[in-house]
Amino acid sequence: MLELIWLLPTFPLLGFLSLVLTAGKLPQRVVAIIGAGSIGLVFLVAALIASQFLDSGAEQFVFTAWSWMSVGEFTPGFTFYLDGLSLVMMLIITGVGFLIHLYSTGFMLDDPSYSRFFAYMNLFVASMLMLVLADNLVLLYLGWEGVGLCSYLLIGFWYQKPANGYAARKAFVVTRVGDTSMAIGLFLLFSQLGTLNIQDMLHAADAQWAIGSNYAVLASLLLLGGAVGKSAQLPLQTWLPDAMAGPTPISALIHAATMVTAGVYLIARNQVLFELAPDIQLLVAWIGLATLLMAGFTAMTQHDIKRILAYSTISQIGYMFLGLGVGAWSAAIFHLMTHAFFKALLFLGAGTVILSLHHEHDIFKMGGKRKQLPVAFYSFVIGSLALAAFPFSSGYFSKDEILLAALALEGPGIWLWAGGVLGAFFTGLYSFRLVFVVFFGESRGHHDAQEVAGFSMATPLFILMFFSIFGGWITIPVESVFSHGEAHVEHHVSALLHGIMIVVPLLGIGVSYLFYVSKTFSVEKLMASSLAQGLHKFWFSGWGMDRLYDTLFVKPFLWLARINRNDLVDWLYALIVELTRAAHGLVVRSQTGSLHWYALSVAGGLLLLVFLGVLL
Amino acid sequence: MPQTIPIEHGLMLAGILFCLGLIGVLTRRNIVFVLMSLEVMLNASGLAFIVAASRWGHADGQIMFLMILTLAAAEVAVGLGLIIQMYRRFHTTDINVLSQMKG
Repeated sequence: MLELIWLLPTFPLLGFLSLVLTAGKLPQRVVAIIGAGSIGLVFLVAALIASQFLDSGAEQFVFTAWSWMSVGEFTPGFTFYLDGLSLVMMLIITGVGFLIHLYSTGFMLDDPSYSRFFAYMNLFVASMLMLVLADNLVLLYLGWEGVGLCSYLLIGFWYQKPANGYAARKAFVVTRVGDTSMAIGLFLLFSQLGTLNIQDMLHAADAQWAIGSNYAVLASLLLLGGAVGKSAQLPLQTWLPDAMAGPTPISALIHAATMVTAGVYLIARNQVLFELAPDIQLLVAWIGLATLLMAGFTAMTQHDIKRILAYSTISQIGYMFLGLGVGAWSAAIFHLMTHAFFKALLFLGAGTVILSLHHEHDIFKMGGKRKQLPVAFYSFVIGSLALAAFPFSSGYFSKDEILLAALALEGPGIWLWAGGVLGAFFTGLYSFRLVFVVFFGESRGHHDAQEVAGFSMATPLFILMFFSIFGGWITIPVESVFSHGEAHVEHHVSALLHGIMIVVPLLGIGVSYLFYVSKTFSVEKLMASSLAQGLHKFWFSGWGMDRLYDTLFVKPFLWLARINRNDLVDWLYALIVELTRAAHGLVVRSQTGSLHWYALSVAGGLLLLVFLGVLL
Repeated sequence: MPQTIPIEHGLMLAGILFCLGLIGVLTRRNIVFVLMSLEVMLNASGLAFIVAASRWGHADGQIMFLMILTLAAAEVAVGLGLIIQMYRRFHTTDINVLSQMKG
């Protein structure tokens, strides 16, 4: 039964191939059946494998489909490695992935490129499964680049608009920075440890490298670079808000639930390596904290519904990094799972809003929509409650564990905790600002819009609502994976601290209520001062990171390209071409076509040779 | 021992014949004469072989001359065929007309 694991990436790949090879000639209904059906089938297989695996009580299961290449000692294979961690990831990808595919069959109905959309989606799921099930880092890297490619293709899905193509390129190039760092990390690991099989590599690292040794620090830092790029953390977070140019289900699947959490998976997978470099592990926590605060501030100032969600995704992944950094490995993975539920719910809800309001993205042109869009309204309320860690929703449990683990860390733990709690305040504020502005108050446009939510779109929303509320009660089987080195959280924190953690997000929701519903405070008055306006502008632009990178990298590069327009190096080769051409012209003149001339040159040449023979 | 012609004389004659032939090839415009001059050059080289063979008393040179003779016969057969073709097509025997294959 467990051997069927090779079917997992195969089904979506077959779906991709059949959709690509028919080149959009299939009727929509067939495309929907192939596109969503393949993922549904994969989910069933994954569920079967999961139950079998958990029943067997084994700690891991390895299955080699075939060997990929063999170069001396280096023989990476298409080998799948199943343990608690990859099991959780596999179920999230196939489960949430299937719901989003189902939703997409309704959402994309009017799109002429229906088949292309599902082809890319299936390829994405195949690559993502390859990534999480890989037993060696080479196969993992294949999946890693595969999801990056699909992300690029799907952000630029509506390529007719140049801005979308630009966003796609930006996402590709920025993540490439991280990927390059990761590739160098792989080279380093291979040259030092002689293997890229993850488990062997971790054992070898544990045996050969002392804690805090240079190689361990360097390797984990390089891998962290890859994770930071993929998961949109500081300083490579700038691509994710622009990635919202893609269709909304893409934002839900790739840029919220699965792909962007690949960085978290990578760090969790190489836990041993990061524990060998405690400084880098702490750096992970600080990166997470800085990102979650920065993204929280920015999310408060945005007015594009998808950009708000994008920044909240960056912020939540910041929490996961914080969890990884303070050694709360399973809590981070737990938050990854609950985040997949409620952020997919929020994005799919946003998709319903956007589709119902004729592709309106600006939340200040909505207002009072809770009667018009009931399904989207409930999705947003439940999703935002989970996002803001309302007590006993799924997000509460996971965020709680991360913050408690941060508190348990000696030294900077209290600061990390305080920052995380501050972030939770902003989470409550910005998530409910979105809810209040869109669904409460006066209608500010699209007064007679009807909700578009057929069976295929509403069902995934209801299922995700259920998991967003109750997902916190799921226990994920990752103890055996992280058994060594897991921060054992003391659950004896004082009631005061625990109370703070519960009250602070509610406070955020309350402040947002006072601003946007009861209008006790006025946003206009707050914005009157020039300081507030400056801050707003600064936050709105994502802390000016885009402009910074523009001046630091893009502009110098363009300048260089401009002065080198005529390619200096090319001159050398152009010279060779010109010389050859001139010589050719010279020789051509000797071909006169006159027999006398030829006979004379033969005789003359002979004479010359004879003379030379006599003389020398 | 009968009086023999010195080898120098024979070779000189062959050289003069060869040069005459060459001059004919280079200066004549009528292709028939060019072909004839070519025959003279061939026979000059044949003469050189004969002279050398008689000087050293070897049969090889004479055999070589027989081969040159055969070669010349074959060459004339092909050459005359080409000349007839050329005359049919261009109505002239002037070699300078056939100069399209240049450049």
